[in-house]
Amino acid sequence: MIRRFLLMLLTLFGMSVLIFVMMRLVPGNIVDILFDSAGFIDPAEKKKIEKELGLDQPIITQYASWISGLARGDLGYAYVSEKPALDEILPRIPVTAKLAALALFFSVLFGVPLGVISAVRQDTALDYVLRVISLSGLSLPSFWLGLLILMFFVQYLGWIPIYTAQPPTLWQELGLLSIPAAAVGFRASALVMRLTRSSMLEVLRQDYIRTARAKGASETSINYDHALRNAVLPVVTIIGIEAAFLIGGLIVTETVFNIPGVARFLVEAIRWRDYPIVQNLVMFIAIVTVVINFLVDMAYAVLDPRIRYDE
Amino acid sequence: MRNKLVLAAASCLAAVISTATPVLAQKQGGTLRIYHRDNPPSASIHEEATVSTNMPFMAIFNNLVLYDQTKPVNSMETIVPDLAESWSWNADKTELKFKLRQGVKWHDGKPFTAKDVQCTWNRLTGNDPDKFRKNPRGVWYRNVKEVAVDGDLEATFKLSAPQPALLALLASGYTPVYPCHVSTRDMRVKPIGTGPFKFAEFRGNEFIKVVRNPDYWKQGRPYVDAIEWNIITNRSTRILAFVSGEFDMTFSQDITIPLLKDMKSQAPKAICEVKPQYVPRNLIVNREVAPFNDPKLREAMALAIDRKAFIDILTEGKGDIGGNMLPLPEGNWGMPPEVLNKLPGYSPDVEANVAKARKIMESLGYSESKPLKIKISTRNIAIYRDPSVILIDQLKRIFIEGELEVVETSLWHAKVARKDYTVGMNLTGIAVDDPDVNLVENYTCKSERNYTQYCNPDVDKLIDAQSRESDLEKRKKLVWEVERVLAEELARPIIYHDRAATCWHPHLKGFVQHANSIYNNWRFEDVWLDK
Repeated sequence: MIRRFLLMLLTLFGMSVLIFVMMRLVPGNIVDILFDSAGFIDPAEKKKIEKELGLDQPIITQYASWISGLARGDLGYAYVSEKPALDEILPRIPVTAKLAALALFFSVLFGVPLGVISAVRQDTALDYVLRVISLSGLSLPSFWLGLLILMFFVQYLGWIPIYTAQPPTLWQELGLLSIPAAAVGFRASALVMRLTRSSMLEVLRQDYIRTARAKGASETSINYDHALRNAVLPVVTIIGIEAAFLIGGLIVTETVFNIPGVARFLVEAIRWRDYPIVQNLVMFIAIVTVVINFLVDMAYAVLDPRIRYDE
Repeated sequence: MRNKLVLAAASCLAAVISTATPVLAQKQGGTLRIYHRDNPPSASIHEEATVSTNMPFMAIFNNLVLYDQTKPVNSMETIVPDLAESWSWNADKTELKFKLRQGVKWHDGKPFTAKDVQCTWNRLTGNDPDKFRKNPRGVWYRNVKEVAVDGDLEATFKLSAPQPALLALLASGYTPVYPCHVSTRDMRVKPIGTGPFKFAEFRGNEFIKVVRNPDYWKQGRPYVDAIEWNIITNRSTRILAFVSGEFDMTFSQDITIPLLKDMKSQAPKAICEVKPQYVPRNLIVNREVAPFNDPKLREAMALAIDRKAFIDILTEGKGDIGGNMLPLPEGNWGMPPEVLNKLPGYSPDVEANVAKARKIMESLGYSESKPLKIKISTRNIAIYRDPSVILIDQLKRIFIEGELEVVETSLWHAKVARKDYTVGMNLTGIAVDDPDVNLVENYTCKSERNYTQYCNPDVDKLIDAQSRESDLEKRKKLVWEVERVLAEELARPIIYHDRAATCWHPHLKGFVQHANSIYNNWRFEDVWLDK
């Protein structure tokens, strides 16, 4: 366990170095971009601002300053808004977290049972229909699907508005988020469904399933108690990977549905070379990913008693 | 006699009916909702050169004088008092005195005085310790020696040379008066003005909100309680939101001509006004790099441009051919066809132009088998890329083989400033339809916004001469002379002037879109919602 924790820290350290160096390798810096909106560059003023922001310091000094600040809980100031980076990042995390949680909920809700049904009814008409649906979920570009959904629900039905900031109640917010979450969840559930199906098919051919049948166990018991429990391990892995992806990877969905979440903010921050925002957000996403992977590993042990991490 | 009586009675009745017809009364209240196309870089109008900042924040401020918000064409005749109640020039037009309005308060309760005027222009001319981080329009005030104050209610602009058009610059939406007691940093984040709306909140990439100023000095204004701007970067999403009624108005000229048909079919009742953008598409050529240091090659390029083809393809024929100044009929300084067509490359006989260009290129040693290979750089935005592709196609006809180099949009000015390009496609937004803005900003030797660093002392003298001139007709002649020299020297060939539409729903009343600037009519104090 301790080894795994140390590995987590090492991964995060590697990530911090990588993102810090990569951001500085990208051409142009915040000052170039700040001047872009003024339509000219003033070299003297540019140098002055670079000094103010500490960009004239050696890269090692800049890195040390960031990490020591991070350790103290001081994330610095956003270059563009000139507000504390923490104040800029924090309000966006719950928005993305709710969207990701809803999308994940949809993907498990539909993906796992439909995957099981598809495997149990292999090569029947129902199986073919479900396979076509899952394939379309994987192949439809999310921006296109998002726009279609928007047109349908916003323009034709008028059920939902384009995302508005600060919906008055949690339920209203969840209502607003449910449509984009369904759009994201469609792709994720297709993935989960296909994996559940293939994993189930493999397990259903195992000897112990035949034995259970010979013992006279019911089909429901065989499918859900014996087969699914053993088939679910790879599915849990993919759900973990999806969860990590959903925290930082919903760029298209957040843009199309105009959701002020982490991913859209991150892209804007990269465009502006707003280093404090990019570095801290990427570190946040890295921490979430590492923690989710850790939790998935722990879940293995719960689902399969043969797996023990302390041996 | 009887007929006369009937006629008189009918006339009286008509007069009574016409005077009795109720004038649509303005309604108070409601929130005006407008979508915004992108995240404004800051809230400080003086530090930015983009309508993204100017449009949402102009309503927080007042100017000394302002273009009449209810008149569609900006000109010297449509300038009305704002914080200044009146103004007067001295005899040689080197001193402009403003009598200021009494009892005006900043949004934080402090009184507005002449010191604030002095302080604003000290910052703009770099004479204040708290300098603007960016000062894109410093060059507008190159003639301002100082702003002198006499008591709290009188401010005088003292100029180094006569400049009758200074008043036009002061009337722009880009020229608010800032409070002396608020730092330039705070003005970027939480601006304070004297205007009809107070700043409430600006959450980056999400929304901007301004609320009614109950203590506004203009009695009964503004009509709406608040204005909310939702930032929606995806164009399809924001248009969909407007069509579905979530917004009362689109962002300024967000609806291109090709999109207009869709808009009209989906929201047939929406009012969409197509107006010039005054953001001319232009060609920038790095004249310091061979072979473009050869004027003959630059002349051939100018001759190869088929402006009408650009307009037909990109704007379905709605754009305009012109020089640097906005073309007629909306532009105050546009050249009539007989003057325009005489400029190099502007002759309507495109085939003859191209034939001449090919001969020049052949004389320089280029041919179909031995083309000149160049990169055409532009920003990675559709409005830049699309004309670049057409340009590449047109240049092929004169043995120039162009390859499109798309530059990440935020790095464009840095690249141009480094002169790291040979040929580029560029857009230039002009705030005021006056040569003292357009020509001074883009072509004078000392201007920081003269991207190509084109410098011709004779052109500078001509620009100065037109600036000093009070007689409108004489000034026009001087401006057209500058246009001729710029076209001959291919300083920055203008390809075409675009048009686009701003749309609003019929319940939004009292809004007048200006025809010769997109930067000056966002005060919103006269608009109201008839819901």
